[in-house]
Amino acid sequence: MKTLILNTQSREETHALGEKLGAAAKENMVFLLSGDLGAGKTTLTQGIARGLGIKRLVTSPTFTIQKLYRGGRLVLNHIDAYRLEGLSQDLGFEEYMNDGGLTVIEWSQFAPQLIPDEHLTVTIHLLEEDAREFRFEAAGKQYEELLEELA
Amino acid sequence: MTTILAIESSCDETACAIIRNGNEILSNIVSSQINTHTLYGGVVPEVASRIHVENISTVVTEALAASGCSMDDIDAVAYTLGPGLIGSLHVGVMAAKTIAFAYHKPLVPVHHITGHIYANAFVTELKFPLMALVVSGGHTELVWMKNDYDFEVIGTTADDAIGEAYDKVARVLGLGYPGGPAIDKLAKEGHYNPDYKLPTPKTDDPHNFSFSGLKTAVLQLNDRLKRNGKEVVPADLAWCFQETALNSMVDKTIAAVKEKQPVMTVLAGGVAANSRLRELMSERMKEVPECELVIPPLKYCTDNAAMIGAVGAAAYAHGMFGTFEDAADPGLIMPGEE
Repeated sequence: MKTLILNTQSREETHALGEKLGAAAKENMVFLLSGDLGAGKTTLTQGIARGLGIKRLVTSPTFTIQKLYRGGRLVLNHIDAYRLEGLSQDLGFEEYMNDGGLTVIEWSQFAPQLIPDEHLTVTIHLLEEDAREFRFEAAGKQYEELLEELA
Repeated sequence: MTTILAIESSCDETACAIIRNGNEILSNIVSSQINTHTLYGGVVPEVASRIHVENISTVVTEALAASGCSMDDIDAVAYTLGPGLIGSLHVGVMAAKTIAFAYHKPLVPVHHITGHIYANAFVTELKFPLMALVVSGGHTELVWMKNDYDFEVIGTTADDAIGEAYDKVARVLGLGYPGGPAIDKLAKEGHYNPDYKLPTPKTDDPHNFSFSGLKTAVLQLNDRLKRNGKEVVPADLAWCFQETALNSMVDKTIAAVKEKQPVMTVLAGGVAANSRLRELMSERMKEVPECELVIPPLKYCTDNAAMIGAVGAAAYAHGMFGTFEDAADPGLIMPGEE
């Protein structure tokens, strides 16, 4: 399976979807999240963290660009490239990406140099109020398997 | 007598200070990159770390010269270990270690946010138990301190920090970066507007904060008004956003103060410079007259090394020394936090 579309009707359902993703994630995987401001990228990441067994509350990494969460099955490396628009230098984040953890990148279009060939893209569309559409696109075999597990 | 050389480089500012006894500023040198970042609409990590490298030696040399101290007078080197931008942090950490190695001084690594809390030690002697409301671009936290250098985070934002919400709303309103001061200023010209009603943030834990839903509501309201061909009055929208965000935050803080009964409450962090927040806290703390309120002067709200020296002195007194193995940690948690 290369593409999967799922809808959620509330923040709780978005959390639950993230939790399934987190539980299915394997080490060194990279998830790219895209969607407008307020689409729910951080909300989905909160669910992913819960699925990894991380107890700390995941909060937006916009300001510090990167946040690391330990204490779960895998380290969660949460990157937000919102502020990197127009730049393409070595930012030192790669060293955290092949370290056995799970990397989630928001606004990855602003940090194309960070994107490996194989990855999962999640595009979030704001439908209305708390309803969201999630479009998953797998690039690479292990991500196609991940989508089959999720479906 | 304790004299600390303190280094801070977690974000925009490259800074060094020499602090005596935790509350006396012998020197405090800050080199800010805010003008550079204004061009980009935010902090740019790669630019930030390169400028830190260029500035660090200068600020250390200047801080020592301005203090009248030589390295013989320095008891320890305190520095920000995290959290912050990885590239920026590295520069300060390496500088601190190099100085400590060359001059045989103990290292005192500290958490950036504890520095913001201890900036209030320059205003008055801190008294415990103490409640701190820490508000900045990356943080919104209620920190309970039963004793000196004893931190318990009892509340945090469930999503975005307050400063981030300000920045994103400012971007929607076309106000530029940094968004906090711009909204604060614009809101002074704004009024209550019944068309701009925004939802009060709700959280599961009464000590926690939430600003993401409010940010999204402002975005959706702005889009809806435009779609319906209505003129958006930025000043009124700024006023409504600010009143909703700050009242919710202050309500929760006052409730926590009533519950935990500290003898002192302090405001800390960059957003503590917000004039409406300072006003609201002063007004509302009258409900708890037995608790002293400390609001730091504007110069101690922004990042600086003096505050790292203040908390460094407390950490030094408690024997919280680091080693040369300590590495910059962008995800550093507060001492005592799970």
